[in-house]
Amino acid sequence: MLILHCPNCGVDADETELAPGGEAHLTREGPGSSDEEFEQYLFLRENPRGVHFERWRHAMGCGKWFHAARCTTTMEVFGTYPAQTSEPPQEIRDRISDRRPGWRWRELS
Amino acid sequence: MSEPVSALRGESYDGHIRVEEAGLRGMITVRGDLSSEAVARAVGEVSGVEVPGPNAANASDARGLCWMSPDELLLLVPHAEAGETLRRLSDALAGEHALVVDVSDARATFRLTGAPVREVLAKLTPADVSPGVFELGAFRRTRLAQVPAAIWMRDAQTAEVVCFRSVARYMFDLLATAARPGGEVGYF
Ligand SMILES: [Zn+2]
Repeated sequence: MLILHCPNCGVDADETELAPGGEAHLTREGPGSSDEEFEQYLFLRENPRGVHFERWRHAMGCGKWFHAARCTTTMEVFGTYPAQTSEPPQEIRDRISDRRPGWRWRELS
Repeated sequence: MSEPVSALRGESYDGHIRVEEAGLRGMITVRGDLSSEAVARAVGEVSGVEVPGPNAANASDARGLCWMSPDELLLLVPHAEAGETLRRLSDALAGEHALVVDVSDARATFRLTGAPVREVLAKLTPADVSPGVFELGAFRRTRLAQVPAAIWMRDAQTAEVVCFRSVARYMFDLLATAARPGGEVGYF
């Protein structure tokens, strides 16, 4: 069972209060993008074993979206951060480096 | 004129706590930038109470403000005053980027009374309702079993539950079942 801290209302929310929103930090390709870019946006996902970045919504709480960094094998949560960012904050990345030296996720490490 | 009635017409149940539908409440949803001075002033003037911080409510009797999310408040007034309050608030917020809607008839409210009121809530919600965390004036949106609801600690032995009117029957049965004699947990 996951417990994620909602950065919008400050509540430590049980997984059953949350709705998963899939992989984080996707670039939403639109008109003018190539077929490859559009395929990437629509279908291609990291699906990692280990460090992962996700979107979650505090659906049965304040209703707001946020991001979470966690490990898909151990369920360890490295941290949560606001939805209004296109990449994880340095502080979260540092915490992951402490716990998982040498981690990689897309172009991040 | 039609006569407004609450979802369960004040139905009640006496178990190891008392569960009763609290009747009609005037409820107005306010959305806007809560950090804006103009919005806070308008809402404060019309409600008569200060804008509460996160996960809290300020209220005296039937009037109050409940914090719903970083950009949403729930304004409580006596049911008969909802229409007039909505007009006053709309006027007070003229020119501001804000939204007000009368949701009085879309909600149901339940009052839970009795010393083990936390026990009953804890059976149904994943929220931490322990003393010291969920204190007097705490107002928290969460779920009760399968439906979204807000829980509110009014005093040491009284809590209120606000949910959608469409699930009022489900909520009442849920609370009454959790309050049945013999179901005391004695955790808190
Ligand atoms: Zn939240």
